[in-house]
Amino acid sequence: MTVPQDLRYSKEHEWVRLEGDTATIGITAFAQEQLGDVVFVELPEKGATVRQFSSLGVVESVKAASDIYSPISGEVIERNMKVIEKPELVNQKPYEEGWMLKVKLADKGELQKLLSADDYRAHIGETAGSGGS
Amino acid sequence: MTTVTGAPVQRAKRASQTIPDSGADTHGPALEPLLFELARPGRSGRHVRAEKTGDVPEKFARKTPLRLPELTEPQVVRHYTHLAQLNYSVDAGMYPLGSCTMKYNPKINDRAAALFADLHPRQSYRTTQGVLALAYELEQLLLKVTGMDFVTLQPQAGAQSEFTALLMFKAYHQKRGDAATRRRIIVPDSAHGTNPASAAMCGYEVTTVKSDARGNVDLEALKSALGPDVAGFMLTNPNTIGLFEERVREVCDAVHAVGALVYGDGANMNALLGIARPGDLGFDCVHINVHKTFSTPHGAGGPGAGPLCVKAHLRPFLPKPWIVKEADGSYHYDTAREDREPERLGDSIGKIGKTLGNFGVLARAYTYMKTLGEEGLVETGRDAVLAANYLLALLRGKYDVAYDRPCMHEFVLTAARQKKQGSSALDISKALLDEGFHSPTVYFPLIVPEALMIEPTETEPKETLDAFAAAMIRIAERIEKDPAAVHEAPTKTPLRRLDEVGAARKPVLRYRPA
Repeated sequence: MTVPQDLRYSKEHEWVRLEGDTATIGITAFAQEQLGDVVFVELPEKGATVRQFSSLGVVESVKAASDIYSPISGEVIERNMKVIEKPELVNQKPYEEGWMLKVKLADKGELQKLLSADDYRAHIGETAGSGGS
Repeated sequence: MTTVTGAPVQRAKRASQTIPDSGADTHGPALEPLLFELARPGRSGRHVRAEKTGDVPEKFARKTPLRLPELTEPQVVRHYTHLAQLNYSVDAGMYPLGSCTMKYNPKINDRAAALFADLHPRQSYRTTQGVLALAYELEQLLLKVTGMDFVTLQPQAGAQSEFTALLMFKAYHQKRGDAATRRRIIVPDSAHGTNPASAAMCGYEVTTVKSDARGNVDLEALKSALGPDVAGFMLTNPNTIGLFEERVREVCDAVHAVGALVYGDGANMNALLGIARPGDLGFDCVHINVHKTFSTPHGAGGPGAGPLCVKAHLRPFLPKPWIVKEADGSYHYDTAREDREPERLGDSIGKIGKTLGNFGVLARAYTYMKTLGEEGLVETGRDAVLAANYLLALLRGKYDVAYDRPCMHEFVLTAARQKKQGSSALDISKALLDEGFHSPTVYFPLIVPEALMIEPTETEPKETLDAFAAAMIRIAERIEKDPAAVHEAPTKTPLRRLDEVGAARKPVLRYRPA
């Protein structure tokens, strides 16, 4: 399972990439594999505010509809129109073209509440082991 | 098309009916106009003279005319006949829908139910002795089939029965004084989605336990999840993978050891009829989906009913009123006696639905059980299991089996192989429509990737099973040669591949004239 070393992760399977104070958010390769073929993505519009660990939108697959939880708080700068038009990008390139939101980070301290790549790897090992969802 | 199911693919086209060439467009011309579009002012089937009757007080009388479509009688008959012809139904062909037991509903059920069409839900027991007799006898039949002690007919579906049972669990723990500490309900990862939903509706926290490599509840995982804070465990047996829980007694014992209760989700009861009884396996209660096991209308086609059968220790908490049979053969409701002081509610959780539940549906279930008899019900369970195993044997070569062991009434294939070749379970389910069959359940249970869950039921003759297997094999072979061949399926149905996400996300629920 791909877990890029340079990202931070939430226990709910979202990732964050930080460039300056801009955070790019998406869901992990593990999440998209658990979901199966993604058919619909609903994201907040530019200017909306997202809060850490609160629902920011919905991803729907052939199996189920699931909330996406924001790994950080901030204001939405851009949403990825390409994944809205082609939701399969989430399955194909979850860490690249499958990104969902760019957010202006409100509080850098929040990153401390997220997992490192190693911790996240351990987390999904654990999740897969207990079968919990 | 030469399937024996009487596949509805080759239909007489009406001159006015244009079948669109390309799929995906759900906003294209309708195959059958709406009644409002067919209507013309002044048309009617009968001459009705408007007369003021004085029955309705002036202040309640309509001020504006009713907006009803005006049509002739044959127009109305043809409209609904055309709609029926566009549809696929279990009267037209096989429904291989797993975990739902979508079986044929014998027509005699409807004749029997029609006898009670005039029954008022609030009618006194004094004027409905025959109705109570039927309900009481149905209760006895359900108890015999499930091996339980008492039953309520009130819940109107399986999910409402789950809700009822969990409220009773709460009342049971309250009576014993430890309801405050028992905050959790445990469900397997293969459970129906309604199980955790019902638990959440009752204010419980939900813990999921995984399945083991054979598709059973992982007993060790269950034991480590159990504790004094657990109120109950919800188990479907056979489970949603169509497998019998091999260690069901040990599972129930482990749950009871911590003082918790075991709920039986009876959705898959069809497989056990006359073979095993939940009451003997360790369950404290079990619901019956009469619309699954006992052939009453189902799945948007009619209201269901989900009687809840319980062991004696849960009886005090059952919804009231209870139907009581006196020694002289008369019946009454215990909390609604008219000849003397009625019984009190006691520890009952109260009323959960109409006193007699969905009686029309229950009357159908009663008719089904009575027409089959004990012998017939035993045969039903056996034939359902035999049919599923026969079909599994035919399909095993071309499809991978999620947990390959003898199945019960249903089995779960995985289209993982076809997915690698470039087609999905969804493509296969759509290609089946072109073969003249209804699709099976897909992408459930969630623990099986690319799941195709198939349940033929006992009602299909061998020729239909063979035809279905041949269709499935033809599809697998087409995918082997050219995976893209099924990407456009279905191509022979009145509508092509639908925008299912669009229909769910942006439904058009109201007619607006153009």
